[in-house]
Amino acid sequence: MINQNLNKIEKLINSELSSKISSSEIKFEELLFKTSVSEITEVIKFLKLDNRFKFKQLIDIAAIDYPNEEKRFELVYLLLSIENNARVKISIKFETNEKIPSIVKIFPSANWMEREIFDMYGIKFINHPDLRRILTDYNFKGHPLRKDFPLTGFNEVRYSEKEKKVIYEPVKLEQNYRNFDFSSPWEGTKYLKEVKEAKKNEEN
Amino acid sequence: MKKTKSMTLNFGPQHPAAHGVLRLILELEGEIVEKADPHIGLLHRGTEKLIENKTYTQALPYFDRLDYVAPMNQEHAFALATEKLLKIEIPIRAKYIRVIFCEIGRILSHILNVTTQALDVGALTPSLWGFEERETLMTFYERASGSRLHANYFRTGGVHKDLPTKLIDDIGKFCETFPKIINDLEDLLTENRIFKQRNVDIGLVSKKEALDHSFTGVMLRGSGIPWDLRKSQPYECYQDLDFKIPVGKNGDCYDRYLCRIEEMRESVKIIKQCIKNLPKGPVKTVDGKISPPNREDLKQSMEALIHHFKLFTEGFRVPAGNVYSAVEAPKGEFGVYLISDGSNRPYRCKIRAPGFSHLQAMDFLIKGHMLADVPAVLGSLDIVFGEVDR
Repeated sequence: MINQNLNKIEKLINSELSSKISSSEIKFEELLFKTSVSEITEVIKFLKLDNRFKFKQLIDIAAIDYPNEEKRFELVYLLLSIENNARVKISIKFETNEKIPSIVKIFPSANWMEREIFDMYGIKFINHPDLRRILTDYNFKGHPLRKDFPLTGFNEVRYSEKEKKVIYEPVKLEQNYRNFDFSSPWEGTKYLKEVKEAKKNEEN
Repeated sequence: MKKTKSMTLNFGPQHPAAHGVLRLILELEGEIVEKADPHIGLLHRGTEKLIENKTYTQALPYFDRLDYVAPMNQEHAFALATEKLLKIEIPIRAKYIRVIFCEIGRILSHILNVTTQALDVGALTPSLWGFEERETLMTFYERASGSRLHANYFRTGGVHKDLPTKLIDDIGKFCETFPKIINDLEDLLTENRIFKQRNVDIGLVSKKEALDHSFTGVMLRGSGIPWDLRKSQPYECYQDLDFKIPVGKNGDCYDRYLCRIEEMRESVKIIKQCIKNLPKGPVKTVDGKISPPNREDLKQSMEALIHHFKLFTEGFRVPAGNVYSAVEAPKGEFGVYLISDGSNRPYRCKIRAPGFSHLQAMDFLIKGHMLADVPAVLGSLDIVFGEVDR
């Protein structure tokens, strides 16, 4: 039922925005469109305002970091249409220093979401009214959710009895965070199930 | 006439009405708020970063620590996302148990919110009455999972352990007595003159504004949009249950309060139905590659021991892909956007917290209101900083 609905929406969007959408797929009963940085505002505006789709709610924007790829960052916009009871994901990929057009004018709620992405990944947005850090500390340096940012961070904070104030120091660890390599060839056997079945048969 | 200058006021981060560690920078013209700039992140713990470095089993407890008022609802979203990627169906009994505890979580959260909202506008008694019930509910959490708050109970593939039979009876008994407590709370608040003066027509949100600001849950329903994921995109066994979605009319703080009260009644109804129809059977998937073997097997079977060891060190691997799965948490749509690269750890786990969007609208909600309305509006937003800051 949901799947049929999605198929319909996929076809319709593809035909309406054929020049703007580079590819689309339905996996896990979820609809994903890929588009480009230059088209993103147009695509989202169309999906929000068009009477057939009415994707009037921006649920979230997720950023993903792929440090080994040429186009390092990906943004995924999650939209929801209450009228059609459907969700859609729109993804764009771009290089490190590229600036992304902000969608705050279309969805006011994108304001903090874009600020969070700027804070966590250092992705800059054009025409954002107030692009400040949001979740990290005042005067924080670096972008914590990038894959090359260490899990333990660089600075730690404590209250200094001597100076009577909170001070910042470089992180000192007795032991580094241990990252075990789990890539074992373990497949296991089906033995466990067989034993259980054998037991059942015996009981019967 | 004397010229007035606007004043900047710092509200929080240590303020009893800030519901946690919120710092609000308010610009005041006399007593009228002109601008509110929430500074958040004081409780930021980097949950998303930590999850990228843990196996799927180890990542789950972090969700208890997001919205710590209704822990299991959060776990649920992550468990559903993992199950979607693994393409597994959980046993029917597990579904019912999950629903029971999700609704308990909803009651937990709504009691806290309704009573503290009353506290913010000057009523002390509701919180004293309400917290006693919360304590009872948290005992249920403890008896099921071993811990009052950080449950870690909804595991991938089902729930950790089956419920003790006595517990099911006790939850049933609670469902009989609790509606009376809701009535008592309503007697104190619903027609209370002071409570109404402080809440009616305060923090008005129209339908369009609610959508534009990504409101979900009660914030959306309070404005008259009948949208609840339990009805519209049912997960677990919600499609088999009979319950109603309370919807507000005016979209003010008072309507949101009424919605929450009514939702508690519906939750009790849902729990009752689940207890009545609770099927028998396993509580986690029988796939030994995902759910750990039980104690008994551990003592006898070598293979079970190996599986147990590997599942709690390496963990299971999840096929590559990306999914978004959401649940109707007490505060709104709580979602997890999960990306797997085929290894034993999530590549990326974006958490969609409803409170984040709600708090964002603070500036728009409070503009033109009096300073004294700040706690009332904040209270009706139902903010918990664990999830806003993540």
